[in-house]
Amino acid sequence: MADGRSPALPGFWSQALRIARKDLAIEWRNREILATSAFLAVVVVLVFSFAFVVGGVAPPPAVVAGILWVAILISGVVGLGRTFDRERDGDAIRALLLSPVPRAAIYVGKLMATIGLMLGVELAVSVLVTVFFNARVGENAGRIAALLLLGTVGFATVGSVFSAALLRARSRDVLLSTLLYPIVVPLLIAGARGTANLLDSSPDLDAVSFWTEFMIAVDIIFLVVGAWAFEPIVSGD
Amino acid sequence: MADSDQTGTRGGFPDPPATAPLGHAAARPDAIAPLQVANVGKIFGRHRALASVSATMNAGEITAILGPNGAGKSTLLAIVSTLQAPTSGAVRWGDVELRRGSPARAALGYVGHEPGLYMDLGALANLTLFADLYGVTDGAARAAALLERVGLGGAPAQAPVRTFSRGMLQRLGLARALVHEPAILLFDEPSAALDPAGVTWLATELRRERDRGRVVVLVTHDLDAAAALAEHIVILRRGRVVRDERRPGPWGAAALRAAYEESCRG
Repeated sequence: MADGRSPALPGFWSQALRIARKDLAIEWRNREILATSAFLAVVVVLVFSFAFVVGGVAPPPAVVAGILWVAILISGVVGLGRTFDRERDGDAIRALLLSPVPRAAIYVGKLMATIGLMLGVELAVSVLVTVFFNARVGENAGRIAALLLLGTVGFATVGSVFSAALLRARSRDVLLSTLLYPIVVPLLIAGARGTANLLDSSPDLDAVSFWTEFMIAVDIIFLVVGAWAFEPIVSGD
Repeated sequence: MADSDQTGTRGGFPDPPATAPLGHAAARPDAIAPLQVANVGKIFGRHRALASVSATMNAGEITAILGPNGAGKSTLLAIVSTLQAPTSGAVRWGDVELRRGSPARAALGYVGHEPGLYMDLGALANLTLFADLYGVTDGAARAAALLERVGLGGAPAQAPVRTFSRGMLQRLGLARALVHEPAILLFDEPSAALDPAGVTWLATELRRERDRGRVVVLVTHDLDAAAALAEHIVILRRGRVVRDERRPGPWGAAALRAAYEESCRG
């Protein structure tokens, strides 16, 4: 180096965690994403409960699973969009990109925060679904949680890339849904089918394993493509 | 996964002098290598934004990059700041190429017309965040010292910065750019939307950073501001350097305006 020395830069994970902590700290201050996402999810669950619970009889597990995943999908898009809006306000993203933080660390940090926020909303939605549809969530809570985690990781992985790509687009909210929904459909189907099986009185665990493995494979693909695509997308190349 | 540059060394900060608590680069203009833009070209699709632009910006000197709209000033600054990659040519600082992925980017500080801050965080939290990302030792103390320096020591610590005035945000933006003691400071229309008092304050800060021996680059449309500050001017027109000239002191309004009109005529 021509001019001397520098302080040691933090490592990759340290920087990624710092970015995730920043996003969570902002959310902790105003609870904007959690409140709006949870509100939307509650509305979805409520509307479906009025439509499908007739005479106190809950709909079949497949319908309940569909409602759970649709609520997560709708609330997730709102959360994703707002997480990246915060980077655009005040052109904070430029300062972040100018820092010596690797783009992949920025991506991983945003991803961790998004997953954390989505899981918070999903916890509330799962409780609501259990209550409103008398669903057997508790019997296979661990497996259902695993499916939700896998679905959330995949959703946030792709969603973060698209949100970054649309950072400076005018109709980004509409475009995000338009671009994201078709791509996450396989995850949605797998999650809904797996969850439906687990909510059944006699769950087909082989089918659940199949859908779980399918979601793991999709998540890996999304993660690899997302980490690869994030840098050129966010850099505008 | 910390980065390392091609030379095997890390980062880009000069040695901290004993007499300068806020500035590693302070008081040693000769300690900082010049910033060299060498034959930089940039093509967007079929549009050539920059064509073989070369210039050398010295430490302890304010360089003003001037030119009409569309001349390529902002593109050049984006390339120097490593936000965009040049189509051809390179930007070098000493023997290190400044490019995306190079840890030498840590030598850069950038102030634009937007503050580059998280509007929902407080002033101290913003500065501490960036200090941490740059690996500044005792980032919180450094952030607090900078807040004092830019006159925001009395600002409410917890209030989100979106409640700040434009002038306060610009002060905080400068503090953010200085938090890691950059050797090179880039300013892109920093006085846009500032009131006269803010413009005067900013000019004082630019001179102060120049006197501390940093490389200071200012992109502006404001010829009067450039005339009062810059010893070195680079005038761009249609993506090419049409004038690159130094004077021992600031140019002065009449001389700069004459040089600008002569360069941009036709």
